[in-house]
Amino acid sequence: MAIATHGLTKRFGDVAAVDGVDLDVPAGSVYGFLGPNGSGKTTTIRMLLGLIEPSAGTWELLGRRMPAQSLQALAEVGALIEGPAFYPWLSGRDNLARLDAAGPDGQRATRAGRIEAALGRVGLTAAATKKYRAYSLGMRQRLGLAAALLRPRHLLVLDEPTNGMDPQGTREIRNLVAELAHEGTTVFLSSHLLAEVEQICTHVGVMSEGHLLTQGTLTDLRAAGGRRLRVEVDDPAAAGPVLGRLGLGDIVTDGDVVTAKLDGQPPEVCNRDLVHAGIGVRALSVERPSLEDLFVSLTGEGFDVAR
Amino acid sequence: MLIAELRHLFRRTRVRALLIVMFAIPFLLAVAVKINGGPSDGNGPTFLAQVSQNGVFAALAGLTVTIPFFLPLTVAVVSGDTIAGEASIGTLRYLLTRPSGRGRLLGVKAVTTLAYCLAAALAVAAGGLIGGAILFPLGRIISLSGTSLPLIDGIGRTLLAALVVGASLLGLAAIGVFVSTLTDVPVGAMAVTAGIGVLSLILDAVPQVAFVHPWLFTHQQLAFGDLLRTPVRWNNIGKDLLLQLGYVAVFGTAAWARFTTRDVLA
Ligand SMILES: Nc1ncnc2c1ncn2[C@@H]1O[C@H](COP(=O)(O)OP(=O)(O)O)[C@@H](O)[C@H]1O
Ligand SMILES: [Mg+2]
Repeated sequence: MAIATHGLTKRFGDVAAVDGVDLDVPAGSVYGFLGPNGSGKTTTIRMLLGLIEPSAGTWELLGRRMPAQSLQALAEVGALIEGPAFYPWLSGRDNLARLDAAGPDGQRATRAGRIEAALGRVGLTAAATKKYRAYSLGMRQRLGLAAALLRPRHLLVLDEPTNGMDPQGTREIRNLVAELAHEGTTVFLSSHLLAEVEQICTHVGVMSEGHLLTQGTLTDLRAAGGRRLRVEVDDPAAAGPVLGRLGLGDIVTDGDVVTAKLDGQPPEVCNRDLVHAGIGVRALSVERPSLEDLFVSLTGEGFDVAR
Repeated sequence: MLIAELRHLFRRTRVRALLIVMFAIPFLLAVAVKINGGPSDGNGPTFLAQVSQNGVFAALAGLTVTIPFFLPLTVAVVSGDTIAGEASIGTLRYLLTRPSGRGRLLGVKAVTTLAYCLAAALAVAAGGLIGGAILFPLGRIISLSGTSLPLIDGIGRTLLAALVVGASLLGLAAIGVFVSTLTDVPVGAMAVTAGIGVLSLILDAVPQVAFVHPWLFTHQQLAFGDLLRTPVRWNNIGKDLLLQLGYVAVFGTAAWARFTTRDVLA
């Protein structure tokens, strides 16, 4: 396991921001740590990295007991925590140099080369000498990623890495994460935008109000959610009862689109019965549940509901 | 990391500006003496009366003028910023996860603050020596005990005096670093530190609390003048250095205890 936590809890006063979280992040995975704003993602990440002390619970990072072996563990971790932070009066390049000099394995001889490589990787080479003060939000986020990539890492912890980025930037980050994962780096990625990370994650953990609702491989979670039938018909009012008689649940009508949980019923059978009932079927598809559907089914709430 | 941190500190515009001001004060003092003539004896700060006879005294007069207020103020600015400054812009979380190690980071910050104290006092001495050399004759120094010393000896003693002045700022610097670990607002840490410096000065001037005087970190701040006696009187300088060391030990430990256990939420 790249990250393992056991009953990790953080209370601010009486409020448990994170409550008994048991994370299992396998080495080599791209783990999407998902949850709406305020669900405790950043607080969890701060605990993982030893910035704040848990109220209860234990954890290991890259197989090392924390916080006892935090220096050894953190040397192999690159992190972006709650947005980038740099000195406004220094250039992007000078900022990276200072950070590199502030810890272990930042050999001076290789520093300039590593900085250029990291800047190139996030597409900041042209802006390297600009003062950080003059960077746009997206450029700042990129510099934060460059800092996390300055040295080879076994684990990257990225807290909302696409925050403030345009769609093009978001796509680039996705490609970068995929590339890193391909190189064997474990990526632990938090986001409140489900759709954004759905495409690149192998594993997912879903947070809500400080609790880890579920975690596992994306495939398993989707299978557990069940497939849904989606039909576009000329008589939606009549279609609902037909599907209901076939044993389909959770029937939702929206305009002339009707969706329902298949529950093992073959879609062709549904189609046949609809047609036999004299209903015109214009389109029919089977959909895997999105993470958003999954979240709704887990909490009974929309994903954007914050506490 | 120490070298990088020193470069980081002395490259800052703010720090450079402070050092330039420290350099300029004795220089302007020398100019003022040139234009108006020195004060008659007994008027104005110690050493000022001798400036027109020997430029070296501009440096000593500069130290005397800046040690009660200007130097401590700049030390409050630099020491109050050490941890709180990093916290306020968020770089603290990245330094810690780099990982720098909390104890190590604090140690490096403490050493750079010490370097600033010495640099600021040396800037005052340098400004005085250069301004004095340009505007007044240099020559053998008449020590406070009335004996005459070769110029090179006088300059040596002046630089040593600057180091002693720098060292006598360490108590306040240690307080500043400690205050800086308590907050994420650097301006607050600077203000509190400067306030403590002023409080110490005030208490030192109130005879009713004479019993605390020997324990105030500002109490022996003019002891550096004893370097200009023949032979040098080390008594008060020694007391001062011991006192500063005591403050560094107490507030250094407090800062360490606080910083190595606090939650970093900024
Ligand atoms: N320093 C703090 N003091 C008190 N409450 C906090 C603090 N930091 C976070 N919280 C609370 O903890 C909860 C989780 O916050 P956070 O971990 O930042 O969520 P996320 O990163 O998922 O958006 C929120 O309800 C937030 O208000
Ligand atoms: Mg967050």
